[in-house]
Amino acid sequence: MHNPQLNKHGELAHLLSIEGLPKAILNQILDTAESFMEVSAREVKKVPLLRGKSVFNLFFENSTRTRTTFEIAAKRLSADVINLDINKSSTAKGETLLDTIDNLCAMHANLFVVRHASSGAPYLIAEHLQRTGRDDIHVVNAGDGRHAHPTQGLLDMYTIRHYKKDFTQLRVAIVGDILHSRVARSDIHALTTLGVPEVRAIGPETLLPKYMDKLGVHVFHDMNEGLKDCDVIIMLRLQNERMNGALLPSAGEYFRHYGLTPQKLALAKPDAIVMHPGPMNRGVEIHSAVADGAQAVILPQVTFGIAVRMAVMSIVAGN
Amino acid sequence: MNIEIKNGRVIDPKHGVDQHHTSLFVAEGTVIGMGATPAGFVADQTIDATGCVVCPGLIDLGARLNSIEAELAAAVAGGVTSVVVPPDADPPLDEPELADRLVHRGDEIGKARVLPLGALTLGLKGERLAELAGLKKAGCVAFSQANKPVVDTEALLRAMEYAATFDFAVWLQPQDYWLSRNGIAHEGEVASRLGLAGIPVAAETIAIGTIIQLVRITGCRVHLTRISSAAGMQLVHRAQHDGLPITCDVGVHHLLLTENDIGYFNPHARFCPPLRAQEDRQALSDSVAAGWAAICSDHTPVGADDKLLPFGEAKPGATGLEVLLPLTLKWAEAAQVDLPTALARITAMPARVLGSSAGSLAVGTNADICVFDPAATWQLAPEALKSRGKNSPWQGYMMSGQVRATLVGGRMVYQAQQ
Repeated sequence: MHNPQLNKHGELAHLLSIEGLPKAILNQILDTAESFMEVSAREVKKVPLLRGKSVFNLFFENSTRTRTTFEIAAKRLSADVINLDINKSSTAKGETLLDTIDNLCAMHANLFVVRHASSGAPYLIAEHLQRTGRDDIHVVNAGDGRHAHPTQGLLDMYTIRHYKKDFTQLRVAIVGDILHSRVARSDIHALTTLGVPEVRAIGPETLLPKYMDKLGVHVFHDMNEGLKDCDVIIMLRLQNERMNGALLPSAGEYFRHYGLTPQKLALAKPDAIVMHPGPMNRGVEIHSAVADGAQAVILPQVTFGIAVRMAVMSIVAGN
Repeated sequence: MNIEIKNGRVIDPKHGVDQHHTSLFVAEGTVIGMGATPAGFVADQTIDATGCVVCPGLIDLGARLNSIEAELAAAVAGGVTSVVVPPDADPPLDEPELADRLVHRGDEIGKARVLPLGALTLGLKGERLAELAGLKKAGCVAFSQANKPVVDTEALLRAMEYAATFDFAVWLQPQDYWLSRNGIAHEGEVASRLGLAGIPVAAETIAIGTIIQLVRITGCRVHLTRISSAAGMQLVHRAQHDGLPITCDVGVHHLLLTENDIGYFNPHARFCPPLRAQEDRQALSDSVAAGWAAICSDHTPVGADDKLLPFGEAKPGATGLEVLLPLTLKWAEAAQVDLPTALARITAMPARVLGSSAGSLAVGTNADICVFDPAATWQLAPEALKSRGKNSPWQGYMMSGQVRATLVGGRMVYQAQQ
């Protein structure tokens, strides 16, 4: 089956998912991001790589943080950035997703950053562009349904590489609502591709997808057991709507079993780092003492995210 | 009109007939003989079936006829001479006048026979019974909810009791409402990987379990449509073994495709029920080969715009009438099932489900006949289909098996251009 992310030379034309990307491309993105870290430290935080190009932020689902970091990243690459709040515009009038895309192509878009509530929506767009011969227009997935959030996955890998250097000796735990999490899926594919020998998923059965073992993941229901000797802990956000009903009895009971407290953190390796894709629910999945503690690298993640998104956009636009 | 279909391989699975280089004779709408020319028979028309198979017209246990003229033309182009139509049209087929109009329209078009399923409940809402006897009188062959589950088990019990009173058959697609309402793909490895909400196999087995218990209580004849899982098929087979009046069918796509065919979110691989795992597909294939289930097309024409959407928003279903035969042949080849057995699953067996004398070439039966070249290949392209539904996971694929002529009641309703 043709991987729609890659062009005929095997280069990254769109970033739709981490799954199916070779290790070399992941490393290329991380290395490029590293070279961009220096740009953000300059007084004039710009490079001209995307000068004259138009980046359209197409957010069919609300987001402040991801959209902002994409916008900053595109601007640091000197692109023109257009933010479209789709909820309030065309689709409300019945326009289909692909009609919207065609219209924006007619406005000479070069790159679409897409967030959509349906898993797979960016694939539909990328295939449509390919089918209609617009190989010079690129798609970056900024989160689709429960499927993937590849730039978040990559910035997580950047963070891990920054603090831990070598992926091949690590034990990484992902904790919480993995079932509904696109971040978790992207992290799992990235970690296994980069050679992490042990990836653990920790959560109650109601929040874990079936057949996790097929993704190369070890499942733990007991957080104390799952965190033992981990080098990296990735906490996931628990959406408010999951907290009551049949998935979980209450936020309180969830926190008692799966919230990261200083006591539980102590079970991991002493130099373990704690990550979170944000926004955090303090007291639900993470205790403030951990969120603000010395092992948390949650804010550096955000900074790295800009460099990683610059890397992704410059690479796809260059191919 | 007298028609001789000459020099074909005549296969009548119901009667164990499989004869090469044989002629079949049709007069006044019925089959009047096979082999030697009946005394005094003079053909008005001769169909040269050299290299072709001559078999009973296909009986499709499930085809939606959104644009009836195009779909009935598609049916006969696919060798299908009888089409069972589920009641989930717009509006649902829940009033005798609607059924009457559909049957009348079918007769007027004069292609495949139209056998409507009446709605079991008003608006298919699963609450109030439709006028079953009235619908029956208007031509409905059985009663169904299409793929809309009856949520209220008491309502289902009452509907089956009422149907049993008149010895009407009830056709149900077993799918637990609660376990399937949010799902869009088989709850398995692929759905987990792609982040698609899952429909567990238990959605099917729980519904089958409930229906089996209700059959035991009511004695109602039930046909279970579109079985999708190994575990579901096991339950059905055990119930059949226990002597319960239960039959079932499998959609032809479910015999050939699995969850893996979703690939990168291919909306053409979205079905209701969903394509399941390889073990399920294998079990369905074995069961159909063993004669536990008939095959149907589950023909669901969907407009292009309704498929050009993200997977979870795309409408489920595929075009089926014109691929039922080639896909059945494809399955038979892969499963190493002989041709007469494979053809039985789309002729004699569906006829048995319907309690109909069709699906056979016996002397005296209606001359509903399909003549096809099993070796001819054609490419499935939108323009190759008569159906308005061009939606197919097989787009671009080569199909083996092409219909040359279709007769309904002794009338030539389709003849391929040479």
